[in-house]
Amino acid sequence: MAGQEQQQPQSRDTEVDEDVPAAPPAPGDAQASAATQGVDDLLDEIDGVLESNAEEFVRAFVQKGGQ
Amino acid sequence: MTAVVPGRPADTAGGLPVGGAMRVMGSETEYGIHAPSAPGANATMMSARVIQAYAQVTRQRAAGGAETRWDYTDEEPLHDARGWTLERGSADPEQLTDQPPVLDAEAIALAYGRQELEADGEDESGTLLMNMVLGNGARLYVDHAHPEYSSPEVTNPRAAVTWDAAGDLVALAAVRRLAADPDLPPVNLYKNNTDNKSVSYGSHENYLMPRSVPFGEIVRGLTPFFVTRQIICGAGRVGLGQDSARSGYQISQRADFFETEVGLETTIRRPIINTRDEPHATADKYRRLHVIIGDANLSQASNFLKFGTTAMVLSLIEAGLAPRIEIHEPVAALQAVSHDTSLTALLRLGDGRRITALDLQWIYLEAASKHAQDTGVADAVDGDGHTHEVLERWSATLSELGGDRAAAASSVEWLAKLSLLEGYRQRDGLGWDSARLGLVDLQWADIRPEKGLYYRLLARDRMQRIVDDAAIARAVTEPPSDTRAYFRGRCVSRFGADLAGASWDSVIFDVPGRGRLQRVPTREPLRGTEALTGGLFARHREAATFLAELLGLSPGS
Repeated sequence: MAGQEQQQPQSRDTEVDEDVPAAPPAPGDAQASAATQGVDDLLDEIDGVLESNAEEFVRAFVQKGGQ
Repeated sequence: MTAVVPGRPADTAGGLPVGGAMRVMGSETEYGIHAPSAPGANATMMSARVIQAYAQVTRQRAAGGAETRWDYTDEEPLHDARGWTLERGSADPEQLTDQPPVLDAEAIALAYGRQELEADGEDESGTLLMNMVLGNGARLYVDHAHPEYSSPEVTNPRAAVTWDAAGDLVALAAVRRLAADPDLPPVNLYKNNTDNKSVSYGSHENYLMPRSVPFGEIVRGLTPFFVTRQIICGAGRVGLGQDSARSGYQISQRADFFETEVGLETTIRRPIINTRDEPHATADKYRRLHVIIGDANLSQASNFLKFGTTAMVLSLIEAGLAPRIEIHEPVAALQAVSHDTSLTALLRLGDGRRITALDLQWIYLEAASKHAQDTGVADAVDGDGHTHEVLERWSATLSELGGDRAAAASSVEWLAKLSLLEGYRQRDGLGWDSARLGLVDLQWADIRPEKGLYYRLLARDRMQRIVDDAAIARAVTEPPSDTRAYFRGRCVSRFGADLAGASWDSVIFDVPGRGRLQRVPTREPLRGTEALTGGLFARHREAATFLAELLGLSPGS
C-alpha cells in the first residue's frame, strides 16, 4: 500500500503545477549561472518530494523518549 | 606508552596498530518513527513491527533464517566506569536494559496508557519479535520506543561508516515491507535525534579501550574535544532549546539535551561523558567507552570524521598526550558552540584564555597528527591505511570551515542542511519559524531515498561519498571480516536454525540431538575473525560437526 502522502498531489500548493522543472538549459552556460541553476533545480525537485501540509506533518511527528 | 611498530600486536590493541584511528568501534542508531496515517499509534508496537518486518525480509533471503534471538546474560547497564554499581532500586526503569522487554498488552498499557493501545486496533503483542541478531553481525531491536540498529564491531572509521549506513538499508527494507502490507499503516523512519518537542533519542558510538587508562584522564582529554567536535560532524537542527521554543538554526541535534558533565544515565540528565561500563569483552582488560553525545549522521564524510577523530583522540589519551585544556562550564559551552553557526564564539578556558571551537579542533588535530607520525601509523604508504585519510580530511574540513564554507557544504552535514535551508529562505522569504523549514529539517533524515532530502542531494553528487553504494549493500548481509562479528554473523547466516541466541560476547547453539545448549563465548573482540575461523565455516555445512570441531578450540583460538 502506498503511503498516504504519496497518494496526494504534488506537495506544494496548487501553483506547483506551474513550476514543474523546465527542460534543462542549453549547454554552454557559464559556470556561475549553472551553479545558481543547480540550486533552483534542486529546490524545484525538493518541492516535489516534501510532504504536503508542512505544519501539520511537523506537528504530528511526536516521539517517545529515547536514550 | 612508548611507540609501537605498526602492525605489531600490542597488548590491549589485540594486534591493531596503535597511535592512530584504528580500534574496535561500533555505532548505535535509534530511529525516529512515525506513521502519518495512524496518529497516536503506539511507538513501541510500531517499533516491534519494524523488527518483525525485517525478520520477514531475512526469512525470505535465507531459508535457514538469517536472524536469531538476543542473549541478555552479559548485559551490565548499571556498572559505572568510575568504579561502582548502581543499586537496581535507585535506577530509572529505562536503565534496566539487561532484561528482555516483554511486550505484552499490560506493559504497554502501564507505560503509555490503555487508550493508546486500544487506538492501535489489535493485540498482536504475543507474537512480536523484539530483538534480532543479523547475518552482518549487527543487533536490531526495540529500544524504549524506537527501533535501534547496533552495528557490528569494526576496526576502523571507514568500516564504521559502511556498517552504520548498512543499518539505514536494513531500516529501509523494513519500511518497504510494512508499506507493502495492506493490513498495517506505513511507517516512516528518520535518522535524526529529536522531535523538536523536547524529546531526544540517541545515536551512540562505542570504542574499545584498555582498562588501564584512568577514567579521569578520559574525561579530561575528551570533554573539550566533545564540546567542539560538532562543528565537523553535527547534523544541524532547526530550532533552539529542547522544545524549539526559540526559532533559529544550530549545529547539533543533541547539544540542547545535555545537562551534566559526567554520569551514568543516557535518557535523563544526559552527560557529555557517559560512564556506563559494560565492556561486552574481557572486563579486566577492556572498557567500552559509550559515547552518547554525537548526532546520527547521514553524511558519510561527517560520520567518517566523527569516528576517525574520536578514535585518534582516544589514542592521544592512552599515550598521555591529550592537550591539557580545560573548558570553563563545558555544558554551557557545548550549547554556545552549537548555537553559533558563524563559528566565531569564544570559549573561556580554565587558564583565562578565550579561543574558538575551530582553534580548539586545530589544537587536537595537531596533537593527534604528531602522535600518529611518531608512531608511524600516519604514513600514506606504510601507515595503518586509515589514519592518513582521517588526518587529511580533518585538516581539509577545518580549513574549509575557516575559509571556504561553500566547499565544506558537500561534506559537513550541518552545513549541507543549512545551505538547503538558506536556499528556501532566499527563494521563498521564509523566517526560521516557518513550518516548511521544520519540515526540511525533519525530512532531511527520512531514510527513503525518494523522500529523504539528504539522499536527494547525494543523488545529485552534492554530498561526498566515502564508501560506494555496493559496499554498503554488501554490508547489509556480510559481517566485517576482522572482528568477532565475523563469527557471530556467519553463525547466524549459516546456522540460524540451530541457534538459541547470540549477543556481543556469545553465540548459543541448540543443536538437535545434543542434550543441552552450547554457549560459545566470544569475549575477545579481535578473535573470531575470517582469518581465524573462515576455514571452520568452509569445512562445515552442519552445525553439529561445526560445533564438534569448535568444542576442541573455542572460536578464534
